[in-house]
Amino acid sequence: MSNSKLTRRGLIKTGAVAGAAGLTLPTYLRADAHAGYLNAPQGDTVTLGFNVPQSGPYADEGADELRAYELAVEHLNGGGDGGMMNTFTSKALQGNGILGKKVEYVTGDTQTKSDAARASAKSMIEKDGAVMITGGSSSGVAVAVQALCQEAGVIFMAGLTHSNDTTGKDKRANGFRHFFNSYMSGAALAPVLKNAYGSDRKAYHLTADYNWGYTTEEAVKSSTEAMGWETVAAVKTPLTQTDFSSYIAPVLQSGADTLVLNHYGGNMVNSLTNAVQFGLRDKQVNGKDFQIIVPLYSRLMAKGAGANVKGIFGSTNWHWSLTDEGSKAFVQSFGTKYGFPPSQAAHTCYVQALLYADACERAGTFNPCGVVEALEGFEFDGMGNGKTLYRADDHQCFKDVLVVKGKENPTSEFDLLEIVEVTPVEQVTYAPDHPQFAGGSLGTCNPGA
Amino acid sequence: MDAIILQILNGLDKGSAYALIALGLTLIFGTLGVVNFAHGALFMIGAFCAVTLSRILTLSHTVIDETQKDFLGNPLKVEVPYIYDIFGQTTGDVIIDWAVPLSILFAIPVMVGIGFAMERGLIKHFYKRPHADQILVTFGLAIVLQEIIKYFYGANPIPTPAPDAFRGSFDFGAMLGFDPNTIIYPYWRLVYFAFAAVIIGAVFAFLQFTTFGMVVRAGMADRETVGLLGINIDKRFTIMFGIAAAVAGLAGVMYTPINSPNYHMGMDFLVLSFVVVVVGGMGSLSGAVLAGFLLGILESFASMAIVLETLPGINQIIIYLVAIIILLTRPRGLMGRKGVMEE
Repeated sequence: MSNSKLTRRGLIKTGAVAGAAGLTLPTYLRADAHAGYLNAPQGDTVTLGFNVPQSGPYADEGADELRAYELAVEHLNGGGDGGMMNTFTSKALQGNGILGKKVEYVTGDTQTKSDAARASAKSMIEKDGAVMITGGSSSGVAVAVQALCQEAGVIFMAGLTHSNDTTGKDKRANGFRHFFNSYMSGAALAPVLKNAYGSDRKAYHLTADYNWGYTTEEAVKSSTEAMGWETVAAVKTPLTQTDFSSYIAPVLQSGADTLVLNHYGGNMVNSLTNAVQFGLRDKQVNGKDFQIIVPLYSRLMAKGAGANVKGIFGSTNWHWSLTDEGSKAFVQSFGTKYGFPPSQAAHTCYVQALLYADACERAGTFNPCGVVEALEGFEFDGMGNGKTLYRADDHQCFKDVLVVKGKENPTSEFDLLEIVEVTPVEQVTYAPDHPQFAGGSLGTCNPGA
Repeated sequence: MDAIILQILNGLDKGSAYALIALGLTLIFGTLGVVNFAHGALFMIGAFCAVTLSRILTLSHTVIDETQKDFLGNPLKVEVPYIYDIFGQTTGDVIIDWAVPLSILFAIPVMVGIGFAMERGLIKHFYKRPHADQILVTFGLAIVLQEIIKYFYGANPIPTPAPDAFRGSFDFGAMLGFDPNTIIYPYWRLVYFAFAAVIIGAVFAFLQFTTFGMVVRAGMADRETVGLLGINIDKRFTIMFGIAAAVAGLAGVMYTPINSPNYHMGMDFLVLSFVVVVVGGMGSLSGAVLAGFLLGILESFASMAIVLETLPGINQIIIYLVAIIILLTRPRGLMGRKGVMEE
């Protein structure tokens, strides 16, 4: 582990921005500096903004994110058992808030709509004085709120967002993503699929007709084609679709022996349920058993599909059954407080809150440019995903990826997925200029004042 | 050819749901003259009747299993349904497995009751108000109802499977002489289509062959004259509202194994069902059924890969395109009465 320190480059960069704003010095260098950046905390508290879906189809996922944030705030302020603060390799957090200021929070409802999410984030920044915005359960929302935070001059710690674009063409200097992405799902799944189903398969993709769907389809297609699979068709399905029968029915006629469902949330639940209803998994095509793949799994959503997920491969950012010390501490803490295990959305949000707080402590300031500097290139462990790097080039976390499978004999309503493989980080790492992430640039950090 | 047969089959079950909802909408519009935007919510509540009965049947007490651990490492609490204690595990499992069909019995009184409560408690106050007011109040009611359901059942879809006997699919292709697997169709969707046909037939028979139905039809044609004959037409129309609510509810109950129910499933169907009513002809029961099936089939064809390659995005607009064409060329709809919507 290495804690990144402020560099000359960062100092000059921030100084230039602050200078352009009429300031004479990069004030974040002083821990007691409360000017020179937007929403500098006054008094003995600091306000964080938790922007999660509290209404709409992802409200349950949003509720789990909010539980995680409340737990993180409790731990940051010295309450509870400390959770992952005990296993986090950085020891900057002392349980006395952030930089000695008690952590308070406000919440916003993204409604999983970009405009609503921007409005709630804007309100938390302008009216409530939030110094950081975090959360969300959709890539569309993440990209929109990230851009807003960049313009406003606060840090954005993304919640659940899996599209390549969040840290690809739409990346921003003030934005950071801990969650994995579509490329990583494809790279992690391909070898497992090759072992399980061979290298001679004909795949049929059904893809949700929006940004995340496109990047996931592209990632899985390129990974599976690289190992010899053929893509016979890739059909876009409307995001509002509820009955997928007319899209599922032609799959067998196409000669495909594998169906890839690039769907999430309600789309995934319905398309998978429909595919199983049509008996696809009981069929034999090209002399092989027909298979279905769900590139991005969520335990909360898998629950909606019930027994239909059994035996189906997918990938996930984290799962409560992991046995590393960080995961165990988090599950213990969350499970004791709420009575059930946390979701991957809860995990990534909890970790993001702690990473932000830790970055402030190490930077000695809440100034966004100081936080950016502290997070860029930061390596850590003990947060449930093994050794992790916040890459400076794109603000994407690089860590192991889990390949999971729907469990055949679950023992409880939470026991729906089993971990098939922990794909090492090296296998899912890509160059910053990889074609799937082409376009866009981080730009420079914006302190807002 | 096989692809065409397949899409017709797909359209039939989708059309069944549209037709059932549109039938209820038309019954309410034809009798009470109310444009009921809460009708989709009744479909959703019907689906949640199945979820509720399923939960009642699986109400459990916990038994500690020392041999297994939960996620916190404590001994596992195993849920044992009370129904096992009453009927034994084998019979209990069969009853739980048949929760969805059994929900029909549960849903009928619940939906009729909700229909009565809606009509007497709220909608009757808007009979003489403009359609815009009716739309606003019923749309608001729909939002309230779905938020209530979300409060109690959460936002995520809830799996409500069909009985084991109806899982899997039937190979129509093999039966018709095509290659195996070319025309497959889930058993439950066949059940849904047959169920819809029975319900639609029953509603028509009720209106056509009973005295009550005759009075209702007379009231639909001329409410004032029927009232002058000393018949309490309002009471009969209230009963029709209850029946329309039950039809929507039953459509929802039987739909649950097709798609896991969630609190906003009614809204997903509502707009399409209104288009179905407009295309079929406002106030025309047979028009609603015909348009339901026609648009369901059309939507299925528009989703074919070959069609999408030629006309990308057509699957998302086809129904509205048809509605625009119908409204421009035949404003009263396919089977609407002359003069309705044509002034």
